[in-house]
Amino acid sequence: MARVVVEIMPKPEILDPQGKAVAGALPRLGFTGFASVRQGKRFELEVEGEATEEVLAAARKAAAEVLSNPVIEDVVSVHVAPVAQED
Amino acid sequence: MARIGVITFPGSLDDGDAARAVRLVGAEPVRLWHADDSLAEVDAVILPGGFSYGDYLRAGAISRFAPVMGALVDAANGGLPVLGICNGFQILCESHLLAGAMIKNERLTFVCKDQTLRVDNNSTAWTNEFAAGEEIVVPLKNQDGQFIADDATLDELEGEGRVVFRYVGNPNGSRRDIAGITNARGNVVGLMPHPEHAVEAGFGPEGAGTDGLRFFSSALGSLLASN
Repeated sequence: MARVVVEIMPKPEILDPQGKAVAGALPRLGFTGFASVRQGKRFELEVEGEATEEVLAAARKAAAEVLSNPVIEDVVSVHVAPVAQED
Repeated sequence: MARIGVITFPGSLDDGDAARAVRLVGAEPVRLWHADDSLAEVDAVILPGGFSYGDYLRAGAISRFAPVMGALVDAANGGLPVLGICNGFQILCESHLLAGAMIKNERLTFVCKDQTLRVDNNSTAWTNEFAAGEEIVVPLKNQDGQFIADDATLDELEGEGRVVFRYVGNPNGSRRDIAGITNARGNVVGLMPHPEHAVEAGFGPEGAGTDGLRFFSSALGSLLASN
């Protein structure tokens, strides 16, 4: 079992209403040290077997064509992450 | 009789009202299902509002891959009149039939109100019974209604007269007050507000409340003219 992580963020030039709302709430809760917040998405794609180069290529294609919309979002990372051992 | 298809996706909400609007102008509504492979030879198609497939990934992102969308994209590229309302507009953007994308409203609120729109382009298949510059009122109800595109795309849309509707009093932060757009050919139109909820006196916005009727009678008129 392997896990491919895809991270997607709103494009920098696009105002992120969700991040803005979180940024507005933080100081009210006493977190005053953060200048701004942007909110994105993280997908965990699990595969049977190893995360081969083919698997990564498929994940990159899915990230570009389905998981993100290039008009408003950037794929910032597609990487292999360890899968926690279940007991 | 002209046959106008209304596609129902899992999670569509306004397919019934869209079909009713079609019936009220004297055309025959044809129910289409997201899993259909064909459009049943209809003369025009409406993609209704709602939250197709739950809209969990992005509004319209999953619907774009519904079986019926293959036939719809081909037919739209061939000139079939297509109207996307709210979620239908989002699906048309995700399908690349229309430019841009929708993100959450500027203040994150679900906006539900009677919205005044200005008709900027009255030469599309769905707007030819309006006067250019006419102001109309139809309901608006959504959370992901903020229209976004880069400046080059916005300049192109404006330069080619493809902005069909603008908000009078921008409710959600949409770029350049854009409420609805069309494709280069003018047969595909998408807008966030809901004309199908303003088709019968007493059941739509205050006053007459029937400004939405002319979307559907425009389509019917274009179909009759082309036959």
